[in-house]
Amino acid sequence: MSEAVQIGPNPYEMPLEDINVSQASLFQTNSHWQYFERLRREDPVHYFNDPLFGPYWSITRFNDIMDIEKNVQQFSSEGGITLADRDESFKTVNFISLDPPRHDVQRKAVTGVVAPTNLAKLEPIIRERAARILDGLPVGEPFNWVDLVSIELTTQMLATLFDFPFEDRRKLTYWSDMATSGARAGGPTPEPVRQAALLECLEVFTGLWNERVNRDPADHFDLITMLANNPDTRNMDPMEYLGNLILLIVGGNDTTRNSISGGIYFMDQNPDQFERVKADHSLIPKMVPEVIRYQTPLAYMRRTATEDVEFRGKTIRAGEKVALWYVSGNRDDTVIDRPDEFIVDRDNPRHHLSFGFGIHRCMGNRLAEMQLRIIWEEILARFDRIEVTGEPERVQSSFVKGYTELPVVVHRR
Amino acid sequence: MPQVKFIEFNGTEHVVDASVGESIMVAATSNLVPGIDADCGGECSCATCHVLISAEWQSKLAPRSDQEESMLDLNPDRTDESRLSCQIPMTEELDGITVNLPEFQY
Repeated sequence: MSEAVQIGPNPYEMPLEDINVSQASLFQTNSHWQYFERLRREDPVHYFNDPLFGPYWSITRFNDIMDIEKNVQQFSSEGGITLADRDESFKTVNFISLDPPRHDVQRKAVTGVVAPTNLAKLEPIIRERAARILDGLPVGEPFNWVDLVSIELTTQMLATLFDFPFEDRRKLTYWSDMATSGARAGGPTPEPVRQAALLECLEVFTGLWNERVNRDPADHFDLITMLANNPDTRNMDPMEYLGNLILLIVGGNDTTRNSISGGIYFMDQNPDQFERVKADHSLIPKMVPEVIRYQTPLAYMRRTATEDVEFRGKTIRAGEKVALWYVSGNRDDTVIDRPDEFIVDRDNPRHHLSFGFGIHRCMGNRLAEMQLRIIWEEILARFDRIEVTGEPERVQSSFVKGYTELPVVVHRR
Repeated sequence: MPQVKFIEFNGTEHVVDASVGESIMVAATSNLVPGIDADCGGECSCATCHVLISAEWQSKLAPRSDQEESMLDLNPDRTDESRLSCQIPMTEELDGITVNLPEFQY
């Protein structure tokens, strides 16, 4: 079934040139679907001059997004990955917003933490923690799944990857939320509050760096030790360190968190699909990428044109911002069969845009899938049903597509 | 029809027929050879169809494009034998090629 609910103006009744899909409120009210549907059909390379972000192009078809992601010469990441203009006085740098060759060396410095051999070591830890979280849930009474499960599990995982003091782990959640909710990006957090939080993050992590800079990376397999000991990253300046920290914190936190919550919501909305997985747990590895597609936890990524580019009959000028709307491409019916339906046993379920493609493809994609697989295996081992008891509350952001509240009651097997 | 011999990391062999013009990745996935994911569907954009091919066989292949090079470069396990199988179209000349699969796809 489709999630499409139209609140507010009907996008089919407004002039095409007035369509602005970058408004955080559209996502907070879950009313963005028809806007993208219209753009895919009528204006797949769409221009809008936004009062907050300035002029930007929206790319909304699956294959067009793929083409631009592969074309790193004409579509650079160095202008930043969100539509917000960066504050020149507080400019963080990280490898997702670099082009080759600097991107490649920085990414390689940290890829090892999510290497398959390391994932195999993490699997029993994640399973034990997931089990403990689920066993501690109140049964038969309402609670917020986002807080007690989704945030808790992903934050514990992140604390492990950073070897971050475990009792302080909710600081990671706080910094992640601050990083993505700034007013410049259309979010609710005033910029001075956001910057203060991120400087606190830098201070804490600088302390950890100093403790670990002389540790042997062969014995300590955490991200800070890796960055501090790799010749390509050990001389990063503070804003580059902060930028990469935020990237890894947000990348490892928000996205998985919202896919965990989304999966619970989709199963409640599609009880026939839930019954199929309950009856056959071997469907979980196919169901997980479908949850990630259907959720699309990051709605878009931005590129910036390095020169004038003719693209599908439009001229994108040098310096203009280009938003690659994964949330739209993932519903493109020319590539994905019945894309508005949540189907737990699709063919080629990993053929979705949520992780991006090309050199910036999500480096944690297998870790994310593993976390979702484990949490679902453990959920199905315990519960007959996770009943969603009210409408979820969604994040006020056009970038992070997620939930702040998902009220549920769990029912034991 | 030319044939491809895939050898899994655990040593299991799969000899499959491959149509001329189709990629070695497609030959694997359409014959249900495990160990090749090919998330992007053959666009040289995900590097999950990574395979290892000996220097002897590589000499019969077109060299890596810049795009293939940049995707392979993201993989810390890449070696001189690393190729992306979606970028190798099958030809009569490649009949009998041996393709080793890595332990994992990233």
